[in-house]
Amino acid sequence: MKVLVTVKEVAEADDDFSIDGTDIAESDLEYDLNEWDDYAVEAAVQLAEADIADEVVAVTIGPERAEETIRMALAKGVDRAVRVWDDAFEGAFPDVASKIDVFEAVVASEEPDLVLGGVQAADTGFGATGVALAERIGFNHAAVVNDLEVDADAGLANVHRELEGGVEELTEVDLPAVLTVQTGLNEPRYASLRGIRQAQRKEIAPMDLDDLGLDTTDVESTLTLTAMYEPESESDAELIEGDAGEAADRLAEVLREKGVGV
Amino acid sequence: MSVLVVADHRRGELRDVSYELVTAGRELADALDGELAVAVIAGDTDRFAESLNRPGVDRIYTVENGEEFDNTVYTAAVTELVGRSGATAVLAPNSVNGLDYAPAVAERLDIPLVTDAIDFAVDDGLTVTREMYGSKVETTVAVDGDQFCLTLRGGEFAPAEGVGEAEVESVTVDHPDSGARVKGFEEVGGGDVDIADADVLVSVGRGIEEEENLEVVEELAETLGATLSASRPIVDSGWLPKNRQVGQSGKVVTPDVYIAVGISGAVQHVAGMKGSDTIVAINTDPNAPIFDVADYGIVGDLFDVVPELVAQFE
Repeated sequence: MKVLVTVKEVAEADDDFSIDGTDIAESDLEYDLNEWDDYAVEAAVQLAEADIADEVVAVTIGPERAEETIRMALAKGVDRAVRVWDDAFEGAFPDVASKIDVFEAVVASEEPDLVLGGVQAADTGFGATGVALAERIGFNHAAVVNDLEVDADAGLANVHRELEGGVEELTEVDLPAVLTVQTGLNEPRYASLRGIRQAQRKEIAPMDLDDLGLDTTDVESTLTLTAMYEPESESDAELIEGDAGEAADRLAEVLREKGVGV
Repeated sequence: MSVLVVADHRRGELRDVSYELVTAGRELADALDGELAVAVIAGDTDRFAESLNRPGVDRIYTVENGEEFDNTVYTAAVTELVGRSGATAVLAPNSVNGLDYAPAVAERLDIPLVTDAIDFAVDDGLTVTREMYGSKVETTVAVDGDQFCLTLRGGEFAPAEGVGEAEVESVTVDHPDSGARVKGFEEVGGGDVDIADADVLVSVGRGIEEEENLEVVEELAETLGATLSASRPIVDSGWLPKNRQVGQSGKVVTPDVYIAVGISGAVQHVAGMKGSDTIVAINTDPNAPIFDVADYGIVGDLFDVVPELVAQFE
């Protein structure tokens, strides 16, 4: 079977950051592979190692800068990657439908049996792409999966969905399917030196909308980011000042008043 | 211009967000000058409909279909009820189950979707308030479309109370065979310790950096006679077992004193500990959202502060 993993390079804001227009200033952002997608990559690579998957392909929507991140997924064992970018995405706030226009076209050419992706992207936190994609391409789906066993012969994935409050739902999903992967599903590996070397020779195919048979009207977003601001602090905490010793002294006093450690 | 909200329930109980959705749905319906309908799909529909019959609800649709959640059924039922009610706004919970059908509904209806909304306003069109970058910023997002779907974060709106006069209508929905079938449930986090029973919790987060550093907080817990708990990344890394996890997907705790060490305070974590009597936070980042719920805060390096605190009690 063939596994397609959707990955995203996400931006993380530094502790001290400033806002420039409707985004965080570029100099205060650091880029990395989305944490949730790292678990999806690991799950896909494990399926390949168990000889359940014959090929693992990663797909991303991202500018050239994202190749470094995608290369890390290749170094962890993904066979090859497709990177889609177009000027139309530059500075835009794409809605879910525009993203799945792209993924739908990639699915049409790759014909995977299983699509894995993170539950959400750490920066935008939408948590919707995987399930919307499943609907578009006619796959079954399960969101927030934290345990996965694929029975290729039976055409099934047996998953746990992590519900709120320490409860897991045990669910049987018919393949082909899209599963969105929760952190904690597995232990994502670090890329080995050998893996990093091999990744240099693996293909990252660049594609634009034209290559996918799409045009800019397909990815026009229904959403516009109109403002970004730091939320007003609702804190009424007593901030304990001083060096570590002084602060600990005052905190110890507070804790003793509450009957702790006495 | 009417609003359809979708109730959230699980294993025989309506979840709190259902009542919050009624409040938010009524606000949205008022802004759109329309009616509010509530969808109750599967489970004990009659009992749920009665509970959700709160003031401001005009109509409740019940769809009988087994006991539990099924994304095939939910997607078909919500889509059908949008057509039937003429709803221009669909309001679903931003829960694990909500996110298992709302994106599919929006896609099937070809309408814009905004998830994890914490507020909204209707002016020239819909504007949604939501967070980005792990709660570090809030944003407003303008939605272009006469019809849309929102998922609403729990705990942001007051639950609707009282008894209303809604009409209840039972609806049968055709749907294809389910592609994802629920086989059962499993409670996680049994084991030796129930952190929900502890009077004092020392809770550790990502700020601890390495597994071997855990002894710093273990020593604090031991010195204070407290129980050790953790935020999600510590459990995901396998450094502490799942039964120690505080938060939306772990345990909800309400100890007398909760000491958050190196925890930034993501919304999923705060949902599990904000009911503690006294909250103490130690974190290097003065902007960390944990300070918003803390009663006492130290902006500082846990590796400096915690050993000093241990020394105070020795």
